Amino acid sequence: MLAVQVLVNALVLGCLYACIAIGFSLVWGVLNVINLIHGSFIVLGAYLAWAAYQWFSIAPWYSLAIAAPLFFGLGYFLQRVVLNRVITAPVLVTLTLTFGLDLILNNAMIYYFKADYRKLTLNPPMGSVSILDVVVPVDRLMATGLALALTGLLYLLLRRSRVGRAIVAVRLDRDAAVLMGVDVKSIYAVAFGLGAALAGCAGVLMSLIFPISPLTSTAFLGKAFVVCVLGGLGSVSGAIAGGLLLALVEGVGSTLFGPAHATTLSFGLLIVFLVLRPQGLVGRKGFE
Amino acid sequence: MTRTNVALLVLIAGVAALPLFGGAYALRLGTIACMYAVLALSWNIVGGLAGYPSFATAAFFGFGAYATGVLLGKGAPLAVSVMFSLIASFILAAALGAVLLRLRGHYFAIASLSLVEVLRELVNNATDLTGGGMGLNIPLASGSGILADAMFFFYAMWGLLLATALVVIAVMGSKLGFGLACIRQNENASNMIGLNANLYKSIAFGLSACFVGAAGGVYAAWVHYIDPSDVFDILYSVKPIVMALMGGLGSPFGVVCGAFLYLGLEELVWRNYIQIHSGVLGVLIVMLLLFLPHGLTSLRARMFWGRARHV
Repeated sequence: MLAVQVLVNALVLGCLYACIAIGFSLVWGVLNVINLIHGSFIVLGAYLAWAAYQWFSIAPWYSLAIAAPLFFGLGYFLQRVVLNRVITAPVLVTLTLTFGLDLILNNAMIYYFKADYRKLTLNPPMGSVSILDVVVPVDRLMATGLALALTGLLYLLLRRSRVGRAIVAVRLDRDAAVLMGVDVKSIYAVAFGLGAALAGCAGVLMSLIFPISPLTSTAFLGKAFVVCVLGGLGSVSGAIAGGLLLALVEGVGSTLFGPAHATTLSFGLLIVFLVLRPQGLVGRKGFE
Repeated sequence: MTRTNVALLVLIAGVAALPLFGGAYALRLGTIACMYAVLALSWNIVGGLAGYPSFATAAFFGFGAYATGVLLGKGAPLAVSVMFSLIASFILAAALGAVLLRLRGHYFAIASLSLVEVLRELVNNATDLTGGGMGLNIPLASGSGILADAMFFFYAMWGLLLATALVVIAVMGSKLGFGLACIRQNENASNMIGLNANLYKSIAFGLSACFVGAAGGVYAAWVHYIDPSDVFDILYSVKPIVMALMGGLGSPFGVVCGAFLYLGLEELVWRNYIQIHSGVLGVLIVMLLLFLPHGLTSLRARMFWGRARHV
């Protein structure tokens, strides 16, 4: 029964990991920028949900509707004003720049919210469901469902909408997209805005499950790294595959060796994947 | 020996005279200045010369600190422990480099970043050897008074800086340095003409790690207490990059100037605005990258009071 419980936990957690990573993956794939501010966006989203619940008693699932446009605007603005200036610069410059932005945002959060850990506790609590001997908390289940819905929404947007097709076109071949009349700069900004919106929404969902503090942003960022590399870059299916694999490895690893070694295991796996299979589980070779 | 290399050595020699002018505070600042300069010069070998965006500095800094700390705790003398850290860091980095440096661009950056995480978690969990999250207390090395101690560690770090600078100058003048410049410009082409790029890159990675490891060792002996979140702080990876960018990528003289200038700014901000110091650092990074991407050494007097031509 323990094995089934570990598997179910991994499934639930894996969808959340996918949701954490998908915005990061989109930005990396389309803009070719490793967005180190992603973790702080997630934490900021979590604080938004916490504040909305604490002060206005708005339930987290409604906060999603507030977080998405707010973070989209923030991301769009950042890309237009700051990142667009260095978008063609080497990796070192874009990476260090997003690190600098992350320092600013994280310091601002520590300043305003303090470094204390906070937890959004629903009142009344939602309890948990148990089928046979497998127990899953309901709030976690809802967060997973919403994470899947968000991922599905992004997939639909990329497949069906005009702007989505343009994003995919820029990702596949930037120069050809320019020749087809795609305004690359605004597509970059839209993609970065989408990445930020997904991070904010993921943060809202995280607030239901994990305690939040500005200091946890690096942990979220680390998860996004690992999921992206495991699954493969820039695709929705890659993020889901990577998220599930990471959750499974962490779950099985913690059960076998103890939870202290889960992080070591996941980052070790990351390095192995980078060396042996840099295109990830579902990515195509030479496509990264 | 080019003019900037002479300037570099003169600058370093000037730093050695610092104890003549100040007390314990100046010595502390001087020690940190030398440490930052070692980190920045070392990063410059792989980041500036070979053009690989390495974020692994913190990994080797922490590795050296813990190697020295554990050896000192077992009763080994300081010189032996630091020497061991230096050699062990070189071997570890060269071996890891042989694997990781096959990756390029973002993938290498991510791999080197996760190296820091892996080593930190390993040290965190090896409680028997390293004390884990409780940290590691390191016995006092000399114990002959505060000022004498400060003086000793200042000259230890200064000696390390001098050694690093000499090695960097030697590398830049050698075939190895030329090969690294070729790799930065076009790795495929340099492979084509028979340059063993993997070997060159591994040696460069090893060289960029060994002095960092030794600096970590001296740091550990100096502060007497280390813990994983302190010495494996990712800021130790980012600060050298900012210093190098500030001074001018690739030029050792510029990089050392950048390190000293950075320390000055950091001290200023830290003293006056402690609550927002990391935010100010972030603003500094963003401004630097947006408005002065080639560093201070790219500034020329003519830009300011020369007459405009061809306008």
